[in-house]
Amino acid sequence: MSRLKLILGLIGAISIWIGNQSAFSDTCLQCHLELDSSPNSPAVLINNDIHYQRGLSCADCHGGDPTVGYKEGDPTLAMDPGKGFRGVPSYDQIPEFCGQCHSDVEYMRKIEPKQRVDQLQLYWTSIHGKNLKLGDNKVAQCVSCHGVHNILPASDTRSPVNQHNVPKTCAKCHSQANYMASYKIPTDQYDKYAQSVHGKLLLERGDKSAPACNSCHGNHGAAPPGLASISAACGECHGLNRDLFNKSPHKKPWEEMGLPECVQCHGQHLVLSPNDEQIGTGKDSYCIQCHSEGEAGYRAAAQIKSSIDSLKMKITRAAEALEQAEKLGVDIDDARFELGEASNGLTEARNKVHSFTPAIVAEVTSASLAKIENVQTVGENRLKGLWHRQLGLLFSSIIILLLASLLFVKMRTLDKKRKNKTQN
Amino acid sequence: MASIKYQNIYNWLDERVGLRSIEELARHKQVPRHNRTIWYYFGGMTLFLFGIQAVTGIFLLLYYRPTAEAAYESVKFISTEVHFGWLVRSVHSWSANLMIAALFVHMFSVFLLKSYRRPREVTWITGVILLFISLGFGFSGYLLPWNKLAYFATKVGTDIAGSLPVIGGPILTFLRGGEEVTGATLTRFFGMHVAVLPMVTAAMLGIHLYLVQKHGMALPIKEAREESQGKTIETIPFIPDFLYRDVIGWILALGILVFLASIFPWELGTKADPLASAPAGIRPEWFFVFMFQTLKYIPAKILFIEGELLGIAGFSLAGLILFFIPFLDRKSNDLKDNRLFLILGVVVILYIIVLTILGYSS
Repeated sequence: MSRLKLILGLIGAISIWIGNQSAFSDTCLQCHLELDSSPNSPAVLINNDIHYQRGLSCADCHGGDPTVGYKEGDPTLAMDPGKGFRGVPSYDQIPEFCGQCHSDVEYMRKIEPKQRVDQLQLYWTSIHGKNLKLGDNKVAQCVSCHGVHNILPASDTRSPVNQHNVPKTCAKCHSQANYMASYKIPTDQYDKYAQSVHGKLLLERGDKSAPACNSCHGNHGAAPPGLASISAACGECHGLNRDLFNKSPHKKPWEEMGLPECVQCHGQHLVLSPNDEQIGTGKDSYCIQCHSEGEAGYRAAAQIKSSIDSLKMKITRAAEALEQAEKLGVDIDDARFELGEASNGLTEARNKVHSFTPAIVAEVTSASLAKIENVQTVGENRLKGLWHRQLGLLFSSIIILLLASLLFVKMRTLDKKRKNKTQN
Repeated sequence: MASIKYQNIYNWLDERVGLRSIEELARHKQVPRHNRTIWYYFGGMTLFLFGIQAVTGIFLLLYYRPTAEAAYESVKFISTEVHFGWLVRSVHSWSANLMIAALFVHMFSVFLLKSYRRPREVTWITGVILLFISLGFGFSGYLLPWNKLAYFATKVGTDIAGSLPVIGGPILTFLRGGEEVTGATLTRFFGMHVAVLPMVTAAMLGIHLYLVQKHGMALPIKEAREESQGKTIETIPFIPDFLYRDVIGWILALGILVFLASIFPWELGTKADPLASAPAGIRPEWFFVFMFQTLKYIPAKILFIEGELLGIAGFSLAGLILFFIPFLDRKSNDLKDNRLFLILGVVVILYIIVLTILGYSS
């Protein structure tokens, strides 16, 4: 055992020594560390960089020969353009600079076979890429989002492109009114997103199932989804609703009118948690924004709302009855389970609203109403059982009081008898 | 014919058991009658409620399963599936609390009437032991339904015992059956609740009742003084007069129990989850609340000593003093009024009431 430990220890020590040797035989690192060893210097930052950790070093991007120059005391030997030294790429050169490796299928297969290789291709289709090509050096390119020299994999929670950090990374530019002024696009997307149901889930609760900016806009090919593809973007997650909408009577006229599908009712970045008042014909309803009294759409909205409201009301009543029975010590676990199923029916009915067809919504609510009736019956029967208990209590109380009264009378008689005896 | 047969059976039994002497004793047992006779009934009331506990406890034992996996479910089963299980369980819980309340009234009435004085010192001591046993019953029984509140209250309660220097660690391990409150704790609390404590109770109760029988009911100081000056104190026969009154009290207590159990069934709460965070407002059973609240008020450090330790030491000392009350109160033995003990009794009662109210309102 101890011999094994010794061998393992030696192997470890040798590996560390070899590792150090390779790091310190790199001219770039040797010189640049001497020039600047502050925490933010490239030679220090690179220690955390995923490329460095996978065995790449400065020369693999910047070119040159890292094996010469330091010992000779002449850094130009390492930074010799004859040996492929490229130095620092200009802002607009960066996409191609990174793409040299990241778009090379053969090369990437050796290092990270799962990694996609279409980032550069997608980037040139994005608004960012298109503008960069037009000479706009304010738009984002690779390092704007991924960082430079300390690039972390997207799965690392410290990475600016990790899902949790994407909104803030995009907001670095998109929330700056001055910076964005020339593009004439709003800069309140982050603020709105942060207040939205999606933003709250991701930013406050850390729920990775919630979308970040790139979930709808794409990442390397970032662009706003076109009008016709909004339901496709939302449908990535809300597939059922998308399918219902696409088959709904709204699909065609909205397309013709140029209305932005999901966004029309739910908003864009500020998607708030929906509520039942948003449907129907009430003052907060979205339906009445287009449909007026007397129209078929207006009637349909009222019917849908009525189906949902009646189910909701019955669920509330049944839940109250069960709660009352439970407080009184009755087991209602089975009824509660059924109530849960009926509540799922309410959720399903709310989804079916996206069909904008009263019959489809009513089909779901009717099935749930039948379940609720059952729950109500169970609750009532259980409460009847409780009534029996109370009746039993009444009877036992009468017997107890009667018995106590009889004993009291007997006690008094005895007292009287004794008193008479003493007096005599 | 029937009376001859009865007489024969009676004679047969008397020869073997001594029925006649018991009958003689019962016939001649007298209970003094004065304006504080009412307090005599609380001992009997406590005994009656203890009887209810024993009977309902045995019924519960038929279905209860003392493991962390099954305890909660078995109590739920008792409350919902077993015929009249809800009633038995609820009566057991309510009766436990009423018994402790009756016990407190009994103890304080004995204390204030100075009934512990010579020759009833041992009766008092066995009574104090029975009080502590009953608190043990309460503490161990509270955990048995294995619900959230009981779990954390037991955790806090045993933590307090564990904070004692030197012996705290071993006591904690002994109580919990390990480092934490687990199924092992539940099993040993169950063992204590249904085997150890009832056995000790039976022995102590036997001695206590024998001594009560031997010495009879104690007279309050004033009446005892009058009796020593030659005045005759009015008495009533224990059987049947006093017993009638006792039984009326018991029947009414049974009525109250059934009423409470039916109208305010004892809640089961949610199942204990050792991994969940402690719920807000953890509180022990009401009869421990005054001590729990006192520990909250004591500063973290007093001089060099931990405040909590000082509190525990204070209560331990109070418990010890309680045992020796008959030997500390010499005045009452000489039938003299002892104002100091009277004030002490009233202050302790007020302290318990006020701290309990504060415990529930905070």
